[in-house]
Amino acid sequence: MSWYHPADLGFAVRRKLADIGLGARLFGRLLRLFPAVWQRPGLVRDQVHFLGNYSLAIITVSGLFVGFVLALQGYYTLQDFGSTEALGQLVALSLLRELGPVITALLFAGRAGTSLTAEIGLMRAGEQLSAMEMMAVDPERRILAPRFWAGVVAMPVLAAVFSAVGVIGGWVVAVGMLGIDGGSFWSQMQGGVDVFSDVGNGVVKSIVFGFTVTFVALLQGYTARPTPEGVSRATTRTVVVASLAVLGLDFILTTLMFSI
Amino acid sequence: MQQSKNDVWVGLFVMLGVVALVFLALQSANLLTLNFQSGYRVTARFDNIGGLKPQAAVRSAGVVVGRVESITFDDKIFQASVTLQLQDRYAFPKDSSLKILTSGLLGEQYIGIEAGADEHNLVPGDVVIATQSAIVLENLISQFLFNKAAEGVPADSSK
Repeated sequence: MSWYHPADLGFAVRRKLADIGLGARLFGRLLRLFPAVWQRPGLVRDQVHFLGNYSLAIITVSGLFVGFVLALQGYYTLQDFGSTEALGQLVALSLLRELGPVITALLFAGRAGTSLTAEIGLMRAGEQLSAMEMMAVDPERRILAPRFWAGVVAMPVLAAVFSAVGVIGGWVVAVGMLGIDGGSFWSQMQGGVDVFSDVGNGVVKSIVFGFTVTFVALLQGYTARPTPEGVSRATTRTVVVASLAVLGLDFILTTLMFSI
Repeated sequence: MQQSKNDVWVGLFVMLGVVALVFLALQSANLLTLNFQSGYRVTARFDNIGGLKPQAAVRSAGVVVGRVESITFDDKIFQASVTLQLQDRYAFPKDSSLKILTSGLLGEQYIGIEAGADEHNLVPGDVVIATQSAIVLENLISQFLFNKAAEGVPADSSK
């Protein structure tokens, strides 16, 4: 067995291409299952509860501390330029445009994505998915699609909560600890933040990340090897692939959205 | 449809997201100050707009009375043509003059209106020509150096 043998190389390339093809087909199928999912909203509701509500604690606490740190670091830098009043704008813009969607997506991949992968990988390992197919129940429709759309719903909500809590955290540090005037903190923020180009684009980003993270998690679980080791590898891959995809996509989205 | 206690929690979760978005839109963004009311448009010609940008404020006596809507270059007269949207409730005399000013030393640029004395007011579509361009630092420095040099010449020749 040598990896540079032409036949092995061809086999590896073919397998990669087949994986990509399978992923694309699954993604298209999940998108097309959107109307079917709402025929049983209870399934989506339970998944939103599982993915969203249980992630709220980690998202809120992280948002609060990111807001604290942003305000402190921003204050030390802005002090050199004598423009500490602009702190509100700095905190709000960093949170709404970048940190809110991106950190939420990374945490979401770690908190919710891994559990999705492990759950579906274990269903695969325990042959529950095959059993469903035997009973003429489509597992993509019954298992994957509700989880996919629940993730897409939960992610923007979590990102909005993260940004809002972060702004409040920034306010606590700036006005409470550093003694910046509260009026100028808010008015600078309102002067520099636009509803559509900043808040709106942040929401669009978080929706895109919701699609990305949930889909990566589901695909890794669905294609996991049906062994304990396979499931553990798939869970690791979910975090790695989803994080890299989010950071890469974020760069592309930022170039598209905020270039003049 | 079956009811479950998850309904309540998921409903709360989604409501929390909506509340967060409303908070962001109202408290940290400019939704309240967004200009939904219609104003009237006036065009102004400037020799040099410096760093003026669309959506910059138009102020009179420091109070925001409108926004810069668009900035284009007129290649017939080689001047910048700036379209301003002024709020309906403020009227200015026809001979009012416009200046491009800077808020603070390094702040953003805005347009200041100084009211004139004409009996007639600006109406939509008017063109204001009494304008003062933005101060460009390079021009200021070269002017300063030129004056210095001009001062220096007679002093040297008198020796």
